[in-house]
Amino acid sequence: MRLEIKDLHVFYGKIEAIKGISVTVNQGEIVTLIGANGAGKTTMLKTISGLRPVASGQILFDGQDISKVSAHDRVSLGISQAPEGRGIFPGMTVLENLEIGKYFRKERKNEMSEDLEKVYHLFPRLKERATQAGGTLSGGEQQMLAIGRALMARPKVLLLDEPSMGLAPMMIANIFRIITEINQSGTTILLVEQNAQQALQRAHRAYVLETGHVVKEAKASDLLNDPDVKAAYLGTGAAAAH
Amino acid sequence: MINIRDKGAELWETWNRPKRITFVLVLIGLVGLLPYAGDFSFTSILNTPISSYQAVLVYPVGMFVLMALGLNIVVGKSGLLDLGYVAFFAIGAYTAAILGTKTHLNIWEILPIGMGLAMISGVLLGLPTLRLRGDYLAIVTLGFGEIVRIVAVNNRSTGGPNGIANVPNPPSIFGVRFALDNMKGFFWIIFVMILLVIWMVRRLSIRRPGRAWEAIRQDEDVAMLMGVPILRYKIWSFSIGAAIGGAAGVIFASKSMYVAPDMFTFNTSVLILSCVVFGGMGNIWGVVLGGTILAYLPERIRFINNARQLVFGLALVVIMNVRPDGLLPRKKREKITKVSAKPEGDSNV
Ligand SMILES: Nc1ncnc2c1ncn2[C@@H]1O[C@H](COP(=O)(O)OP(=O)(O)OP(=O)(O)O)[C@@H](O)[C@H]1O
Ligand SMILES: [Mg+2]
Repeated sequence: MRLEIKDLHVFYGKIEAIKGISVTVNQGEIVTLIGANGAGKTTMLKTISGLRPVASGQILFDGQDISKVSAHDRVSLGISQAPEGRGIFPGMTVLENLEIGKYFRKERKNEMSEDLEKVYHLFPRLKERATQAGGTLSGGEQQMLAIGRALMARPKVLLLDEPSMGLAPMMIANIFRIITEINQSGTTILLVEQNAQQALQRAHRAYVLETGHVVKEAKASDLLNDPDVKAAYLGTGAAAAH
Repeated sequence: MINIRDKGAELWETWNRPKRITFVLVLIGLVGLLPYAGDFSFTSILNTPISSYQAVLVYPVGMFVLMALGLNIVVGKSGLLDLGYVAFFAIGAYTAAILGTKTHLNIWEILPIGMGLAMISGVLLGLPTLRLRGDYLAIVTLGFGEIVRIVAVNNRSTGGPNGIANVPNPPSIFGVRFALDNMKGFFWIIFVMILLVIWMVRRLSIRRPGRAWEAIRQDEDVAMLMGVPILRYKIWSFSIGAAIGGAAGVIFASKSMYVAPDMFTFNTSVLILSCVVFGGMGNIWGVVLGGTILAYLPERIRFINNARQLVFGLALVVIMNVRPDGLLPRKKREKITKVSAKPEGDSNV
């Protein structure tokens, strides 16, 4: 698996949200995109998963340009996303939400129980709540469900859009621990985060986005000590800089 | 507020198979006997002034229920707001009228053709418009409904504003005669169609198409992220609904023996949609109940003449205030949730 985005441009109407971004994600990595509100992080993920059209540039998945491939076919290629705001189907139960995660896979019959077990193993809470309506879950449980549901499609690369959003510190730590666990069992991860501290600790490499551009690209551990990044995204540096 | 739907479902769950089959057969038998229900002195209250009770059972009651079930697949199941459903009804009716008067095909042979043409027009309309979101679809379908009627008014082959007369009745099947003086036959054929549609919808609902429609209705973007080919499933939903509207149209033309453009106005689209919303979007039994009441009631109170529409409208407003999700809403669990930031698909209806 290798995901290579080359000089990507994406528009909303006349507004250019992505102004020539290149990002590479290699097999086995956790790569994180960090940046302020409106930097274009969500737009990047939506474009990779096919919800937004590409204006120009390329999205290469294992060397093949998939920028014209429809969103649902990209899922079968191996790209899954847990979207911003979690996107749980509120009227479906937890189990139904998980099932629909692989509902359009050809081999779903053979894989279903095995993958449900895997997800329940990662998130035991979901097993307890299997028959509860998705919309009645707590924020943290919904995030678990969103990640679990994306895993049901057996993705080669998992796109996560701000999994820590709106969660209490304990739950954030828990979610990030599980993200590492998922990665260690072989799934490549592209992680979008506001919580730069946690993301940079977990990721191998990182890109810093500002208004549609990549302004920095480095090993995640290096960015943790980068004064600019500290000042802008890690909170701690902000006071010291003044 | 009591929830008859959940109570009913609970009771149904506790029954074993023979009990369920018996219940369904008895119910089918009872509904099949409905045309005779007005024959006794103590049931004469059912009889409607102006049109005969048996005629009212066919049109509007049976027709409305059939069409409401068809529209429910589009609006209730997959959340696509179709404001021009009458177009497919009209296409079915004109197919029957033209082929019935110009060729030797009988109505049973025309029925699949009418359904097919309605379905094809559904696909042709759907391909460009189902890519659009919510409100656009409503406007385009509304326009389509009007275009079909206006074409019928202005076209010689459709008889212009006068329409087409002498549409033949269907030939008898199984000894059942279909004629103006035997409305029972039409009622039974519509009843059979209603049963087929209910059976089909129930099967689809628990299978892949039903799951896909459900996902599309709740959140289109996320449905795509789950690998649902949303355009394909929307077109399926739209064209299945269209085919049912077309079938209703064929039977309607052959029952009335006459079609004219003013039978297919925007009003009808709105009325059918009202049946769906009033009965309970997405729930078959709600839709059946909604269709029955909204079709029967105005006929029953025809004696109050001018005040009829007013009384009908008031009753609708009052009931929708008391039961905003309809008489028999779909499963309650959907409504507990307003947690997610995105509005649910059915909020724009
Ligand atoms: N549907 C839309 N229509 C118009 N503009 C949009 C739309 N969605 C996003 N944008 C614009 O595109 C830019 C990038 O938005 P995006 O959602 O990708 O940012 P983000 O980095 O994910 O921000 P956040 O951290 O707040 O989620 C913003 O300027 C935003 O206003
Ligand atoms: Mg975002």
